[in-house]
Amino acid sequence: MRIPCPHCGERGNEEFFYLGAAGLQRPAADASADAWHDYVYQRDNPFGTHKELWQHVNGCRRWLVVTRDTRTHAIAAAEDAAGAPA
Amino acid sequence: MSRLPAGGLIDRTTTLRFQFDGRAFTGHPGDTLASALLASGEKLFGRSFKYHRPRGVLAAGPEEPNALVGLRTGARREPNIPATLVELYEGLEAASQNRYPSLRFDLMAVNSLLSPFFPAGFYYKTFMWPASWWEKVYEPAIRRAAGLGRASGTEDPDHYTKENLFCDVLVIGSGPAGLAAAHAAGRRGARVVLCEADARLGGRLLSEASEIDGQPGAQWAEATEAALRDCPEVKILRRTTVFGAYDHGTYGALERVADHKPQPDDHEPRQRYWRIIAKRAVLAAGAIERLAVFGGNDRPGVMLSGAVRSYLNRYAVAPGKSAIVLTSGDDGWRTVADLVRHDIKVAAVVDRRTEIAATHEALAAQAGAQVFAGGRVVGTSGSTSLWGVDVVDAAGERRRVPADLLAVAGGWNPAVHLASHLGGRPVWDEARAAFLPGPPPPGMVVVGAAAGNFSTAACLADGTGAGAAAAEDAGFPGVAHAPPRSNDAAADNAKIWIIPGARQKAFVDLQHDVTDKDIALARREGFVRVEHMKRYTTHGMATDQGKSGGVTGMAVMAALTGQSMAETGTTMFRPPYTPVAIGALAGHHRGRDFRPFRLTPGHRWAEEQGAVWIETGPWLRAQWFPKPAETDWLQSVTREVEAVRNNVGVCDVSTLGKIEIVGPDAGKLLDVLYTSTFSTLPVGRTRYGVMLREDGFVFDDGTTARLAPDRWVMTTTTANAPRVLQHMEFVHQVLYPAWRVAFVSVTDRWAQFAIAGPKSRDVVAAVLDPGADVSDSAFPFMAAGTFTSLGGVETRLFRISFSGERAYEIGVPAAHGDALVRKIMQAGAPHRIVPYGLEALGVMRIEKGHPAGGELNGQTTARDLGMARMMSTKKDFVGRALAQRPALLDPQRPTLVGLRPFDRAARLRAGGHLLPLGAPAEISHDQGWITSVAFSPSLNHWMGLAMLANGTARHGERVRAYDPVRDGDVEVEVVPPCFIDPEGARLRG
Repeated sequence: MRIPCPHCGERGNEEFFYLGAAGLQRPAADASADAWHDYVYQRDNPFGTHKELWQHVNGCRRWLVVTRDTRTHAIAAAEDAAGAPA
Repeated sequence: MSRLPAGGLIDRTTTLRFQFDGRAFTGHPGDTLASALLASGEKLFGRSFKYHRPRGVLAAGPEEPNALVGLRTGARREPNIPATLVELYEGLEAASQNRYPSLRFDLMAVNSLLSPFFPAGFYYKTFMWPASWWEKVYEPAIRRAAGLGRASGTEDPDHYTKENLFCDVLVIGSGPAGLAAAHAAGRRGARVVLCEADARLGGRLLSEASEIDGQPGAQWAEATEAALRDCPEVKILRRTTVFGAYDHGTYGALERVADHKPQPDDHEPRQRYWRIIAKRAVLAAGAIERLAVFGGNDRPGVMLSGAVRSYLNRYAVAPGKSAIVLTSGDDGWRTVADLVRHDIKVAAVVDRRTEIAATHEALAAQAGAQVFAGGRVVGTSGSTSLWGVDVVDAAGERRRVPADLLAVAGGWNPAVHLASHLGGRPVWDEARAAFLPGPPPPGMVVVGAAAGNFSTAACLADGTGAGAAAAEDAGFPGVAHAPPRSNDAAADNAKIWIIPGARQKAFVDLQHDVTDKDIALARREGFVRVEHMKRYTTHGMATDQGKSGGVTGMAVMAALTGQSMAETGTTMFRPPYTPVAIGALAGHHRGRDFRPFRLTPGHRWAEEQGAVWIETGPWLRAQWFPKPAETDWLQSVTREVEAVRNNVGVCDVSTLGKIEIVGPDAGKLLDVLYTSTFSTLPVGRTRYGVMLREDGFVFDDGTTARLAPDRWVMTTTTANAPRVLQHMEFVHQVLYPAWRVAFVSVTDRWAQFAIAGPKSRDVVAAVLDPGADVSDSAFPFMAAGTFTSLGGVETRLFRISFSGERAYEIGVPAAHGDALVRKIMQAGAPHRIVPYGLEALGVMRIEKGHPAGGELNGQTTARDLGMARMMSTKKDFVGRALAQRPALLDPQRPTLVGLRPFDRAARLRAGGHLLPLGAPAEISHDQGWITSVAFSPSLNHWMGLAMLANGTARHGERVRAYDPVRDGDVEVEVVPPCFIDPEGARLRG
């Protein structure tokens, strides 16, 4: 796979570390046990578009949100997980 | 001799000598091993996989299923190499395979008579009883009898390399379509990579009599190659097979750099694995002629019709003296014409069609060949070579026609493999009688015979158009050029599949000895879908991956079920297209070079001290430093521990992860990383901390010091250093991106040494530049500060201890590490300082009950390790919520305890399980396990750390430490997990 890093350009996937689903909201400290359980363990397994976290470990070391189609591996977008740099 | 008097793309001025099965032969440059042996009149090349039947040469390319040889000798011997792919070189040595005792006289051929016992799936049905016989009797016997070549069994003496290659247009295959495409793209200035598996460009043009632009095809190919060399950005990779298509325009290719020589030149890799990243790809892989199934279709002398033309036209070899051509289309008649042109007798042409074109009839008349319109081939006769062919004519009359060559034109299968590697299923095209590529991967276009356009003219037009379009897509517009012109007309595609009426074995997969009957059996037993049939019969699963017989097998199944070819479909095509040596994929990363060692700045010094090394992750660390008189590691370790406990020792701790953290929000980040509060830590102090994973289990531990209000330095365990950094980056970038903090790994930037023991302060004071105050009031336990040493070198000092003794860690920039440790040794000499290694470090941390690898195993919580009070209740931190899960608070969870043997002379072993005294050794009585053990020189007996159910409440109890693997069964006493100085008086001095 080739991942278009927003900082480094298109790079081979061997430079990246895959984590899993992106966009999870870490619960508040006093949130319910269920909320924490879902945050840590519950994941969708979409057939199609998936927003996921990759880190460019052998590059800029930024965490990226990559939008990938799990059926075709087509990558629609790759953005810095922290949003636009301040 | 079967060498034709003239012609061919061989260099007759040079003679190459080689050996096959110990016999001497000759050939010429341009020959393959197969063509040279055929030219010498050899017909028998090997014995088959299951039945040990005699086999010859079927094909002239990578689809060859029969003529497999063991190539080279000694460590370079490689099994199962198709003789059709081996370029001849001077001194080549090859041997036939799977025969005993010799190729001509094979005892195992008796398997052929036993074939009723070896049907498809026989592995699953027979040899089932008695079960214990499988490993001892059946499997070894089957392995001797079946199978192909044998590996050399010794280390590969050659080396391999890997390279990346980026291009605008990758052209796969250099037949007419590929050459036209490469030229069309290259003349526009695009970066073109043209890969050709053969040593010579041209593809089928080298094997056919057709002409392009008025010159012979091979000559046109040479001219086009010259034109490509004039293009600015064209790279030609010959002897290079593109074996796989991967995501986003990535292709894997294998270049056989030195396989055409006896051995690679000095410093030359044997093979090169290319990873090619292409904006566009043109797949011009051509087509592969397919097997037809009829009785005796495996006898040496039965050859694919297109291969016959290759041997005639390219290699100037007559593969027989008297030929019969079996066809169902016009392509077989091309072979008739070429045979006639080379003055080889054509005894008969069996055309499955009942109507024969007048031009064909005229050709047959000219050749004096008998024509069997609507005829069938039902059997072959001979032994290790072909003597005659049993033909049934349209009227049903059977006769035997003498011949030593049967050319079979059963049609061509487009080489759709690479177009299907990403999942695109091939689509059946009834008009072309072929599976055509389904939707190719993005960026790929399929042209020429690979797309079912079989005529040379169509290939040239297809390639020219696709090459120009690919270049244009990649940003290289230009004018369109007309494609070169060819004289060959569009040809139909023959379709024979299976001929009924066989009285002999009729093979569908020659390499795995799968017959039509095996496919029928698979169907009867319910394995009807081709993916099931393939796995049940092993059809298409040999090293040739069914290149010649694969689609034919689908057709045989389709005929049995009455389904169409479209309904039957194909099995999946997966990389690699042809076998790839694991060595090529590994490249230089093998043996000791698999992963480089990381060496600390003190490595050379430790080596001088006689360190015994141990790998810890990527690092080499000193285990202990034996003295000449010491004969046992325990002697050395005991001496080192005693030195630290009584005087002073020095240990290289540079491998611990070091992360420097700066910024106004650094304290907030540390608070969320560690269970305890760090933001309140004063400047000049160090604190021990534990990190959890978000699921509540312990992730890592270490110390963090505050060097300035906004500057901190963290240490991690050696093993987790990269993961901790990554975790911190996640917490900062993903969870709290607004925090103003930055951090970076400085593990390699700092050399760090622990100086431990009652005399350590004196040594530290002597190491630092004059004027430093390290008195206990100025630099107490857990102090941190910046000093200088070695005459002005920045030096970081931390008063932390892993050993339980008064101790310091002293760090300098890595370049000064060697000088620092030598200075430490010099300063410590009056105090009889000793270097100590990882083992002594381990003994002392067990004596102190500090958790390390065995305890920090990812399954323990802070509470399990007796660190519940380090879990802040006043702030949020990673893992806080899930660490409070009821199951993790269960008092019966195993918690950290110390153990000592009741019989003080007994030895403890890590990994042993803990049982109540008197309880039988059953899993239901299991109460925990021993995580770490050591012999304590201070206590003079073995001790251990363990995780024991409800352990903290059981101090003083006796349990059984049971270790059936090493016959350990010891009564132990449960004690607190700290054996020495529990009050910590020594730490503070």
